[in-house]
Amino acid sequence: MIPFFEARGLSYGAAWGLSTVLEILLIALPVMLAVALVIYADRKIWASMALRRGPNVVGPFGILQSFADGLKVFLQETIIPSAANKGLFLLAPIITFTVALMAWAVIPFNSGAVLADINVGLLYVLAISSLGVYGVVIAGWSSNSKYPFFSAMRASAQMISYEVSIGFILICVVLWAGSFNLNDIVKAQKDHVWIINGFVANPLLFPVWVMFLISGMAETARAPFDLTEAESELVAGYQTEYSSMAFALYWLGEYANVLLMCTLNATLFWGGYLPPLDIPVLYLVPGLVWLIIKICGFFFIFSWVKATVPRYRYDQLMRLGWKIFLPLSLFFVFAISGYLMATGHFA
Amino acid sequence: MIQAFAFYLFASFVVASGAITILARNPVHSVLWLILAFFNGAGLMVLVGAEFIAMLLVIVYVGAVAVLFLFVVMMLDIDFSEMRAGFIKNAPLGVMIALVLLVELVMGVGAWRTGALQLGVANGASATPEGLSNTAAIGALLYTRYLFLFEAAGIILLVAMIGAIVLTHRQRSDTRGQNVGRQIARRPDEATVNVKPAVGQGVTL
Repeated sequence: MIPFFEARGLSYGAAWGLSTVLEILLIALPVMLAVALVIYADRKIWASMALRRGPNVVGPFGILQSFADGLKVFLQETIIPSAANKGLFLLAPIITFTVALMAWAVIPFNSGAVLADINVGLLYVLAISSLGVYGVVIAGWSSNSKYPFFSAMRASAQMISYEVSIGFILICVVLWAGSFNLNDIVKAQKDHVWIINGFVANPLLFPVWVMFLISGMAETARAPFDLTEAESELVAGYQTEYSSMAFALYWLGEYANVLLMCTLNATLFWGGYLPPLDIPVLYLVPGLVWLIIKICGFFFIFSWVKATVPRYRYDQLMRLGWKIFLPLSLFFVFAISGYLMATGHFA
Repeated sequence: MIQAFAFYLFASFVVASGAITILARNPVHSVLWLILAFFNGAGLMVLVGAEFIAMLLVIVYVGAVAVLFLFVVMMLDIDFSEMRAGFIKNAPLGVMIALVLLVELVMGVGAWRTGALQLGVANGASATPEGLSNTAAIGALLYTRYLFLFEAAGIILLVAMIGAIVLTHRQRSDTRGQNVGRQIARRPDEATVNVKPAVGQGVTL
């Protein structure tokens, strides 16, 4: 977009600034719109699995339900508990929401269509996703209330535990792709096994992907790992004291994180914007369409799991993270690097 | 221009949040300001072209160490008057450590300025070889020239970790552990009994 503005008589600096702002809006606004639709889809899928109708009043098939809800919370009063630490109480939802949008900067939407094509893209995603825990922890502490505090404790332990295994899982991908750049990782998946695009077809990387999917659910505190807002024990967890827009920011941030996890699944293991098979005809469909189809598929899996799997107990969650995923992912780092060394992949 | 602007922004934030870290009355606020300092430090690293170090700083310090720190500080019940008393008592020691660090910093920068240290060029340009991303450059150095030091650091950390676990672990006999494998392997027909009492039987009235 920079040459476009330069051709219209702007200096390089001004063109760079303007096009960066426009590109950020071009990513952030569709993501927010997608979040609204995805909340609707989640409720609809969940409802149909419980043999209910789900939202069906606002707009055709109830598709405008999220917007109606958004308008409702927007008009509500923001209640700040008198014992809360005011500044931090208001800062926490802003952190969650901002961090949820920041990671999208390095996601390639098509060949070369990425806001920040940095060569530590995957580390950036890992860094940003590790910031997500602060929104929850600060909310829990600043609310000055029992249940949010318990939730904050749980969240910090849970996210750190699963980040460790996610780190090892990502190392497996990086080893095979030979780069931290997400665009390069997608390109490395072309023709990975015969004509299939995607690391997932690789027998060594398939179990790694399964672990990534489950760890992703734990990392985004999504059912069955939603112990941070377990309504049967903790009212609503860290969100208990929040109302109106502050609550909505958590809601949006949470779903934006889930969408990001789906996108990462698609980008790191399922070929991202590449079509599933390396057949020339399939390249006629734009890469963005393939990526969106994959994201929708993963989101369906996330909803499906939410609708069918009962919530984990906290000790089971820790056991899965530390005693199963950590040794397994470590084993796969050894196995994959050993295989790559033996076959001369690095030569 | 934008680099200079970003540098002064990050640098002033690092200094300011570092100062507030020690001045803040509430320890949780201190930790949060410290996190802001780490974050801006990472910003400075990006500016000098060390993006790998910057990301590691955020992942390791902001994402893990500071979270655990916050976790502990949030649960502490801190008595402020006691802390004030400790401040006067420990002040000479603190000043001494600060002085040592300052001298080390001055000596380090001085040695680098005069060219005694082969870290990079004194005008601040990055030392990464041309055509090599700094992740690859660090990896190549760490796993060839500094392999033994790297492994030694890893072993020291491992020993420290095992030591901490051994020191704090206590075997408790009064807790009832759960065997998840046994729970999953349990089937309805071995856990439940279907008795079919005749009508009027099996109940004492």
